[in-house]
Order: sequence, then C-alpha cells, then structure tokens
Amino acid sequence: MGPVFRRVVACLIGWVLVAPGWAAPGVREQMKGLDEQVQDIKTDVLAIAAELNRLEEKLLYPSGTQVSLFVSLASGEGFRLDAIDIQLDGKEVAHHLYTFKELEALQKGGVQRVYTGNITTGTHALQVSVIGKSEGGSDYRHTTTANIEKGIGPKLVEIRLAGPGSGPGIDVRER
Amino acid sequence: MNRVRRCIYGGMLLCLPAMTSASGGLKDLHFGEALYYARQGEWFSAIARLDHELVQYHDLDEPQLDSLHFHINDAEFSVGDFELSYRMHNRAGRAIKAVLEANVAPAVRNEAAYRLAKLHFQKAQPAQALHALERIDGPVPDSIRDDLAFLRAQVYLANGRFSEAIALLEKLRGAEAYRGFVEYNLGIALFLAGRQEQAVMQLARAGEVAGADAASQAIRDKANFVLGSRLLEDERFAQAVQYLDRVRLKGPFSNRALLSAGWASASQEQYDRALVPWTLLAGRNVTDRAVQEALLAVPYAYGKLDVHGKAALLYGSALEAFGKELSRLDASIVSIREGRFLKALVREELKQDSNWVIKLRELPDAPETWYLTELLASHDFQESLKNYLDLEALRKKTAAWAGHLAAYEEVIALRRAYYQPLLPAIDRQFRLLDSQRKLRLEQRDHLNQRLQSLLVMPRPELLITAEERQVSERLVRMEQGIDRRRADAAPVLARIHRLKGVLHWNIHTDYHRRLTEAYTHLRELDQAIQRLDEIYASFVRTRQAATQSYEGYEDTLRRLKARAVRAQETITRLMARQGSLMEAMAIEELDRRRQRLEEYQVKARFALADSYDRATGKQGTEAVAP
Repeated sequence: MGPVFRRVVACLIGWVLVAPGWAAPGVREQMKGLDEQVQDIKTDVLAIAAELNRLEEKLLYPSGTQVSLFVSLASGEGFRLDAIDIQLDGKEVAHHLYTFKELEALQKGGVQRVYTGNITTGTHALQVSVIGKSEGGSDYRHTTTANIEKGIGPKLVEIRLAGPGSGPGIDVRER
Repeated sequence: MNRVRRCIYGGMLLCLPAMTSASGGLKDLHFGEALYYARQGEWFSAIARLDHELVQYHDLDEPQLDSLHFHINDAEFSVGDFELSYRMHNRAGRAIKAVLEANVAPAVRNEAAYRLAKLHFQKAQPAQALHALERIDGPVPDSIRDDLAFLRAQVYLANGRFSEAIALLEKLRGAEAYRGFVEYNLGIALFLAGRQEQAVMQLARAGEVAGADAASQAIRDKANFVLGSRLLEDERFAQAVQYLDRVRLKGPFSNRALLSAGWASASQEQYDRALVPWTLLAGRNVTDRAVQEALLAVPYAYGKLDVHGKAALLYGSALEAFGKELSRLDASIVSIREGRFLKALVREELKQDSNWVIKLRELPDAPETWYLTELLASHDFQESLKNYLDLEALRKKTAAWAGHLAAYEEVIALRRAYYQPLLPAIDRQFRLLDSQRKLRLEQRDHLNQRLQSLLVMPRPELLITAEERQVSERLVRMEQGIDRRRADAAPVLARIHRLKGVLHWNIHTDYHRRLTEAYTHLRELDQAIQRLDEIYASFVRTRQAATQSYEGYEDTLRRLKARAVRAQETITRLMARQGSLMEAMAIEELDRRRQRLEEYQVKARFALADSYDRATGKQGTEAVAP
C-alpha cells in the first residue's frame, strides 16, 4: 500500500492545485466558435425584437389612443408592496402581485410598465389600490382616485407609491 | 458616433450611478422600465427596451426636448453594461475599441482600456488583456483605481509576471473592497514566484481574514486549504494538519480538507489520528470523489493499525459502494445520452432559485446531476450552460413571436373585413358634410369681413332685424299704393313717413349696440366652428387610423416572419451543437469517474484479499500461541 499511498497523495496534490480544465483545447475552440455564433444570434433576435416592438405599438396601441401606466416606488421606500389593482373608468385593467425580485427592482429605481391599452381623448377616471406591509410589519392598504387627461399623443402616467407616513401614499403623475 | 458615445459610457460598467438607484430623479419612464428588467437580470428585455428608446431618441430633430435627454449618458452607459451582462462581449468589445480610437479625454480612454482588458481577461485571453492595459496612460478615474490595480495584478499573474503582480498586490492591501482577495492572491503570487516561506506566511494571513460574511469565510477556507495542501506536498505534515483543520466542516472545501488532513497524519504514521477525519468523511455522500477515496483510506489506516479484520470488512463495504456507484454512473451516462440531462438543465422551476445548480442534485429523474456538481461549477461548463440557457430563452421567445405574428395577421384581416365595406359609405357622407362645413366656414368669413368693414364705414342698414326689414318693405309698398290725388292721402303719407322716421331712428341710434351684439354672435359662432374643427380633426384621425389599422403591414409582417423562422432554425442548430458539447463534457466527466472507481475497485479487491490473509494469519498465529 506504500507506493499506492504515495500515488494517491500525488494525485490528491495535483487535484488540489490544478484547476480542473474540463474542456480539452479542441473542445475549447469549438466552444469559442459557438460562443461567437450565440452572440450573433442574440444580436439578430434583438433586432427582430426591436422591429416587433415598433410593429406592436403601431398595430395594437396607435399613438392617438395609447395609454401606458407605470409603477414606481418613491426613493428610500422600505415598505413591502404586495399587490396593486388599477381601474380605468371603473374597469379593472391591471392587477399585479409582486415577487421579491420585482419589488427589489422597483426599490432600486426600476419602473414597471403595468398596463398599456387604448382610450379615447378626454378625461378618464383612474383608481389605484395598493396592498402591502409597512416597515413595521403592519398591514397597509391605500386607494386613491385621479382624473387623467388623454390628448392626441401617447399618454404616459406614472403611479408613484410610498409607504404609510411618507407623503402621499399614491401619487399619480401625468407625463 | 452614437456607437462611440455609447462606449464612452459603456466603458463605465458595473456601477450604476446613484442617480438612477431611486426613481426620485428619474425623468424618463422608458429608461426606468429598462432598469426594472435589468435589476431582475432580464438582460434581453432591458437591452431591447433601451435600444428602442435610444434609436428613437437619436432620430429626433430636437432630442434635447425628449425626457431621455436627462439620462442620455446613463442610458448609453447602461446599454453597454447590459450587453456585457448578457455576454455579448463582441458588441461591447467593439464599442469599447471605438472609444479607444476616438478623440476622447484620456480618463475616458483609460477607463475604456481597463474595460477592454477586463473583457479579455474574463474570456481567458491574458495576453490581449495585458496589451489593453499597456494602452493606459495618464489619469484614471478614482472610481476604478483599485479595480484597475487588482485586474492588472491578475493579468500579470496570468502572464507569468509574478514579481510585478506581487508589487501591485502589496500596494493594494489597504483596499477594503479587495481585502481578502488581495491577501489570497498575494499568497498565490508568492508561491508562483518561488518565494515559498513568504507564500506560506501570506496564505496563513489570508486564512485569518476577519469577517463573518460568506465571501470572507470562503477566502479563509480556500487559503487554509491551499496552504495545507502545499505543505502536504512539501512533506511538512504537522504544519499541513494545522491549516487543514481550520477549514470549515460545512464549506465547499470540507471534504478535500478532511481527506488531506487524514493523509497528513497518515504520512506521519499517526494512523489513529488519520482515522478521525477519514471516518467523518467516509460517512458523507459517496458520490464525492474525496469520500470515495476515504472509503479506501479508512481500511488502509485500520490495516496499518493491525486491525485487519475491520479493514477487510471496510474494504468489502467500499467495494459494495463502488459497485453501486458504477451502476448509477452507467445509468447516468444512459440518461445523458437520452437527453434528460439537458432537459433537467432548462427546467423553469430551477431558475427561480439562485442556488439552482445545487438544486439540480435533488432532481429525482436526473441521476447524472448528482455527479456533475464540480463540472457544473467549472468555468468552461458554466459558459456553455449560460449559452444553452440563453438559446433556450431565445427559442421560446421566437416561438412565441411566431404565434404573435400569426395573431397579428388575423387581427389585420378582421379589421380589413370590418372597415372595408363600411368606409365607402362613411366617406360619401363625410364628403357631403365636409362640403357643408366649407360653406359655413365661407359664410362665417363673409360675415367677419362685413363686420370689419362696418368698423371703418358704419352702415346701419346692414344691421337691421328681419322684422324691421319686413316693416320697411311694407311701408314702401303702402306708400306706393296710395293714390296721391285723393284728399285723404296726405295724412296717411304723413303717418307712413313718421313710421319710416321711427324705423330710421331706431336703426341708427341702436347701431353700436347692434354692432357689438353682432360681434358677440360672431365669437359664439367661432366657438361652434372651433368645436366643429375638433370634430373634423378627430374624424380625420379616426378615419386615418381605421385605414392604418390594416394597411401597410404586409411587408413588415412577411419580413419579420421570415427573420423569426431563420432565427429559430439557427437557434435550434446552435442548441443542438451546444447541447451535444455539454453532453460530451458530462459523459467525459462521468467516464473519468468511472475509470477512477474501477481503479479503486481493483485496489480494494487486492487490499481486501491482503487484509483477509493478514487477519487469517493473525488468527492462526494467535491460535497456535501458548
């Protein structure tokens, strides 16, 4: 067992110190070539996505009737947003339950497009309801209503949310 | 130039500015939307949205009026960041090179060179990384000063320039962000430079890095393990045990540290001590190669302690375990060849968990994943896997788009079927109403002209009422109808003249009030006309929208469908190639394990026989002893 032992130790040392080079050089070349092709197809698909976005916007949400609702969190907000419910002219147009990742994205300054649709020009009633938990852990519910004015161009509305005790709980801002 | 501008900011990657970290300063909702996806690691959506916004922004005649203008620098910077995160190195690399060749400030160019070097280093191209670093000359932004020094040290290490790496790492010791990493890398650099004793001291220091966070624990484990292993190789066994014992029992290096600690003790012929870590290790999951080796090492130690019966039993158990493992390996290889490994890798539920590679081990119907944790964690495999997963996501996207495009065609056909029969009648009615509208507008203009002229030359007769006109005409008729030869004609004529006088008086004295009233009416008419214009414009827009809702899409749809189909074909082909490469890597790894287990089996069989012989011999000796 002595020589075996030595060999085992030698193997062990090699195993420890040499980073596992899983792919042989030939395979690595193949991987590199494939990686280049994957990058190319990503570029192609992104270009298709861009054209498709333009088409969708023109076909489904023409600028004359387009309305988009965005949700953001006021800076420094630590309250936990669980769900949002939005009604436009008395009809529910969006209901969203937030995952941890989504909430974190909002807390880091991301803005969620929660609804895109079509409305006529003129005044429309918007009702926003929020369910969540305050930083202290108590249940938090808040509802607000606002009128939005739809003109000829696309209408963007930001719904900025804040927790209890920090300014307006739901601030509707027309853009 | 856009590309260059993009790169200027694309060069400043991986540290999104504080301004965008809270929506308080956010002026452009679309940019915020791209950030929303980026913060969730959905790079494709983030790039697609931001690219779309940037293209629109650069197409504007007056981009400074657009809300993205407030964030244009961040947006250009972020899209480069997203591209790198989405591992589109070529696109990001080309962009960075464009900065290097552009006429930009030295600090910007230096930062771009740093990013390019980092890109090359990540792609295992140390020579190119060094070449990029050599282009840095002059001021470097403070925000990347330490990052640059650390990267430079890593690149020097990879290129065999150890003493330069050591000098840089020593200077970096105060950098908080790289605290443990600097200590560890410095130890490795000293080893590679052949300065053994200094390396030992340095790694020992790295093994005592303060901090309870996961990164500090990992650095401590790795430093202690590597140091212990080097000392074991140098046959400094007692010292080796000292460092190997510091490795946590639950960390990723635990199994190998226990195995090495056992060998270090065994090398000093302290077999009873070696049995402590080995016995602990032998009770762990048998798929681990260190555990497999421990299954042989434990009976080996018992043998050395002259407990041959126990050794024989344990060799027997090891043989049984190896046999089971070999069967499982065979089943795993079959499973991989049947494509189940790739199916397991793309499971949606796994991606919801950040530790999904570890979760893979728990899949009941993918036994091969038990054996591939190390392979899955290797850089080469990770790169292949990420590509495979990206391709899978692209496949799903393009497949969904094919469905969307078919639905859009149907929408367009439905709209055409609805609008086309209606529009001719609507157009006819519109033309009729439009001619009436034009007539009314002409009348209004005529009235306006008249009123304007009355301001210059008053003409009260133009403002008489309809009743006054009728009365006036009646009086004229009556006057003409009177026979002036009759004796009673004179008083009648006098009355008529008096009435005409009253009429004339009223018309002239009431002139200014009437003019004002006429203007008021004209303004009211203008309001009505304004409303009419709004309705007209609204109708024209709606009419145009009706046509635009189904006309002019054919070419775009046809082109998009063709592109989506081509993309799907390419994705399928690339997935097949990437998948078979990964399967080959996995099978090769399993084969390696298989061969090792077979070697262990042979050794175990010989050792088992030897142990039986010795145990039997010992029993015989004891039996004949008085």
